[in-house]
This record gives sequence, structure tokens and C-alpha cells, in this order.
Amino acid sequence: MSLTRRTLLVLLPVAAIAWEYVMADTPESSPNYKTTDHWWGMLLDITKCIGCGSCVRACQLENRVPDGYYRTWVERYVVQDWGFENLRVDSPDGGKNGFPALAASVGKSFFVPKLCNHCADSPCTQVCPVGATFISPDGVVLVDKKYCLGCRYCIQACPYGCRFLNPETKTAEKCSLCYHRITKGLTTACCEVCPTGARQLADLKDPADPVHEFLKTHSVQVLKPHLATGSKTFYNGLDGSVR
Amino acid sequence: MGPSGRQVFLNMHFDGFMYPNEIELQWSVLIVLYPFLTGLVAGAFILASLERVFLVEAVKPTYRLALLTALAFLVVAPLPLQLHLGHPERSLEMYLTPHRSSAMAMFGFVYLWYLMAVLVMEIWLDYRRDIVLMMQSSRGLKKWLYRAMSLGATNISEGALRVDSRAGWVITLIGIPSAFLLHGYVGFIFGSVKANPWWSTPLMPVVFLFSAIVSGIAAVMLLYMVLTAIRSRVIDMRCVDTIARYLFYTFLIDFSLEMLDLIHRIYEADESFRSLDFMVHSRLYVSQVVIQIAAGTVVPIVLLAFTQVFSLNPRARKSIYTLAGSLTLIGIFAMRWNVVIGGQLFSKSFLGYTTYKMGFVAREGLLTAIVLTLLPLVILWVLVKMLPPWPDKDILVTSTSSPEQPVG
Repeated sequence: MSLTRRTLLVLLPVAAIAWEYVMADTPESSPNYKTTDHWWGMLLDITKCIGCGSCVRACQLENRVPDGYYRTWVERYVVQDWGFENLRVDSPDGGKNGFPALAASVGKSFFVPKLCNHCADSPCTQVCPVGATFISPDGVVLVDKKYCLGCRYCIQACPYGCRFLNPETKTAEKCSLCYHRITKGLTTACCEVCPTGARQLADLKDPADPVHEFLKTHSVQVLKPHLATGSKTFYNGLDGSVR
Repeated sequence: MGPSGRQVFLNMHFDGFMYPNEIELQWSVLIVLYPFLTGLVAGAFILASLERVFLVEAVKPTYRLALLTALAFLVVAPLPLQLHLGHPERSLEMYLTPHRSSAMAMFGFVYLWYLMAVLVMEIWLDYRRDIVLMMQSSRGLKKWLYRAMSLGATNISEGALRVDSRAGWVITLIGIPSAFLLHGYVGFIFGSVKANPWWSTPLMPVVFLFSAIVSGIAAVMLLYMVLTAIRSRVIDMRCVDTIARYLFYTFLIDFSLEMLDLIHRIYEADESFRSLDFMVHSRLYVSQVVIQIAAGTVVPIVLLAFTQVFSLNPRARKSIYTLAGSLTLIGIFAMRWNVVIGGQLFSKSFLGYTTYKMGFVAREGLLTAIVLTLLPLVILWVLVKMLPPWPDKDILVTSTSSPEQPVG
């Protein structure tokens, strides 16, 4: 086909409209944000979580998470006594719509919000055959969905069950710590909506961040510390039964 | 608002507590097939090297067949991986921009090295004389095909063939550690996942390697017996007796390693033990205890031991070898299944179990798996037609020649 002037005049605006769509998913640039000035993590206070599921709903809306998959979820633990037999855990639909009421006197119960641990020595980024998932200079584990093969090795390598294969994009997906928000000086969607302040975004490189005072004065723990993944999600009030 | 439709659907398939993203299995039957096929390659090559490097003259009738079998299976081995990818069109990125810390990325290079530098080279060197002779004696398209395969190297003087033989020997020598590396690496891909206690053991590459050798030897032994029978030729009993003996020895090592792993897990009983033990006694009982350990390992070992201890007539030996070889292949396939699928049936919280639902006509379904298992046999058939692997002196079964007699 020879390109006439008339065809060109038609094609140019079409290409311009198409380009808008191509660029639609590109994050806006953040000229004032320096990645090397930050090292992101999160503080999760189990003693404050009420299991309302607002964080799960906010995350699904903010990040267009497909139905039945979870970038964040909430687990409810019911501990009646010592030992494995006396432990019950549930997370109906990821705790998105809260939890059914428990019978009285079942023992202690508490909620544990979960999300990607943004590990400093993350086993998931280690195994990716093409480096499509990586740790950003500010400590956030991200996935480049334009590069991911969909081999799912990273999903197998995550000890915390934080990853899934997005059925629409056929690429690995997980919590991005709302990277599009935090690079603009906002907090994550889940922290934004948490009614009790049980989730707090933490900048471990910022000396003014209240996380430092909290870590100094509370007994905090990470999940599965024996796996030495360098997890940056710190839990206050974490019971030994939590897996 | 109640739970979503998808969640209700998923809830039907698990017991106890699973992390919500874990309910769906990520690696399907195709990923079971992949180490199975790669294992056959490595095993067949090790068998071929017995004759070439270790000078076990008795297995010579299977030397070329073993090489062609290895090639046929190696060509198909990446297909299940390719079909499994969410974006197969990006798979080449693994070679173009490999991530150096990824075992999977490095495995791609091991695979290429093994395919091109070892297997294809060795087959070409071994067959070059035949290719040139077939080129000279054929016409038309066939002649062009063999001409292309000869790569223009048509000198088949005694001196040139001696060089071929020497180079082939060197390549086999390089090929043995390469075959070890090939399948050891497959084991490493699983064994290095610290998130999964069912996989995470340094024994995994070694167990994979020995089970690979076992499956490859069994496959070539069966193929040799079946193809020789189809061709109405006499089965060389000295050859199959020797192969069966090696199968018995390697199987003993493989079984010992697997039992060492099992005993170690039971004795150590770490935090995952209770969960894994329950899984082996429930969802994996048939595939692990019944098929893999009892029918696929203990029975063939006992059968092979029987042929070592008692002197049986060739007909009985052939029947036992066929039965033991078939059970071995089923057992090794079950082992791959139990590693890959078993490793995804339990929650990493150790509090629940999910189910693997395999589709039939689906991209990662049973039908695809069956086609991919049969495809290497079709390729092998084509290879055998193009490059006959049979010894010159094998004997036609006639009324006068007893098939039970060994061939000299």
C-alpha cells in the first residue's frame, strides 16, 4: 500500500488517539521524588485491627485487583489453647467483607492483615528468570507486567502466599505498596482507609518517621523470621500461632 | 454482601486454611511432564555413554537408539514449559536478558548447551559415515536431505572416521557431566525453593539425577525390546541382561537416596512435618505410597533382584524386564507428580490442603499431556527411519533361529 497524503492525514490523529491508550497505564512521573531517599516498609498493629476489611476493598478498587485474588487480605485467628489442634484460622473472601461473628467464649481471637512483605532479600525476585520482578531502589518489590513471562516461579518462591497470576494480564501480580501513590507523597490505599490506624506506611530511611519511635518502644516481629527474607512488614502484638 | 462467585467455587476445593491466593495450583501436569521428559534424556544419554566411555560392549546394540531417544525427548522437553507460560511469546527473553540469580534462567543455557554442543554433535559424528553413504545411495529429495545433514563433510576415509570417533569420545566425556548438570539443575529448580519444605532439600538434585538415570535406562531397554520385536529381529539377551543389571544398581541407589530423604524428614520432624505427613497419608497416598513407592519402586527392584539371583530362561527374563521397566516408568512419573503437584497441595501456613483439578481438553489439560508424551515417540520413529540405529549383524527371527538365543 502506498501512503498517500490523504491516508497520512487520517492516520495521524488515529495514531495520536491510540498512543493515549498505549500510555494510559504508564505511571505519572514524580519529578520531586528521589528513590534513594526512601526505604519503604509497613507497620501492622494487630492489637488495633478490627477485621473490617476496608483495606482489602480499598486495595481492590485502587489497584483493579480481579475478583477472588488478593494483594492484601485479613486473616482471623482463634486460639483456644496451646498446640496446633486448638488453632482455627479463616479469611472468607480475603476478609473483604468482614468476618462472621464467633460464638462467645471460643478463646482469644485477633485479626492479622497480610500483604507483600517487601523483603530486602526477597526469594521471589531471586528466581525470576528475566528480572521482571525486582526490588526498586526505595525497597519496594515490583513486577513489570510488560516483561513478565507468566512462569509463576515467583509465586512458588513467596513463602507468604502474596502473589498470584492475574487472569487478565497472565502475569504475576502482588502488592506494589501503591507505588503510584507513595512516590507522590501519599500513603497506600489500605493505610488511607484503615479506621483504626492498624496499618501505617513506614519510611525506614526517614529519621522523622514515627516508625522508628514505635520500633524502639514495642515488641515487634516479622512473619516467618527463620526464612531470613529481610521482611519489612513489622507486626506489633504478633502471636506465636500466626503463620 | 456475600463472598464472590469465584471464592465460593474455590472454597469447594480445599480443607482447613489456605492463604487465599494459594487455593489455585500454579504448576500443572505439564510441569510434571517436564522433569519426566528431561529425566529420560539424561538417563538415555548415560546409558549410551556406558558403551562409549566405559566400554561396556554388551550394551552396544542400544547405543545409537539411546542417543536418538535422548534427542527425541530433549526436543519435546521445553514444549510443556512453553505451553504453560502466561506469555509464551516472551520466552526468548530468558536467553536475551537472563536474570543471573535465577536457576530457571541458567537452566535454559544448560539445556541449549546439552542439545547443541553435546547431543546433536555426538549423533552427527557417530552417524556421519552412514549419512554420507546414504547420500550416495539415495536419489531426489532424500539425497538432498542427507546432503544437508552431512553439512558438506563427505570425507569418509579411515583417517577422517578415526577423527570422528576420537571427537565423539571426547564429546561423550563432556556429555556425562553435562547430562548430570542437565537433570541436577531440574532438581535444583525445586530443591532451592526455601518457601516450600516439600521441595527444599539439597538432596533434590541428586534424587532427581538418579531417578532420571533409572527412567532413561528403563525407557531405552523397553524401546529396544519392543522395536526389535516389531522388526522381527532377535533380542540380544546379553544386551538386555546387562541393561537390566545397571537398572537394578541405579535403582538401588535412587531408592536409598529417596528413603534417606524420607527418614531424615521423619526423624527431624520440623515445623512442616505434621502437615506433610498428613498429606502423604491422605491426598498423596495413592500416588506416593501405592504407585510411586510400592508399585513403581519396590516391585520392580524385587523383580530385577529376582533375575539377578535366580537363573531364569530368556522368555521369563524378557517378561520380567518388560514388567519391571514399565512399572519403573510409571513409578518415576509418579515421583515427578508427587514432587510437583504434591508440593502445591498443602498451604505454606501448614494449616490446610487444596485439590488439583486437571482438565481434559485444555491448554494445560490431560490431553495435552498425553500428546506431549507421545510426541517424542513419533519424533523417535522419524529419527529411526532417517538414521537407522540398528547393528548391521542383527538376526531375523525365523523358524530355525530361536529368539531366545543370545546373538554374538
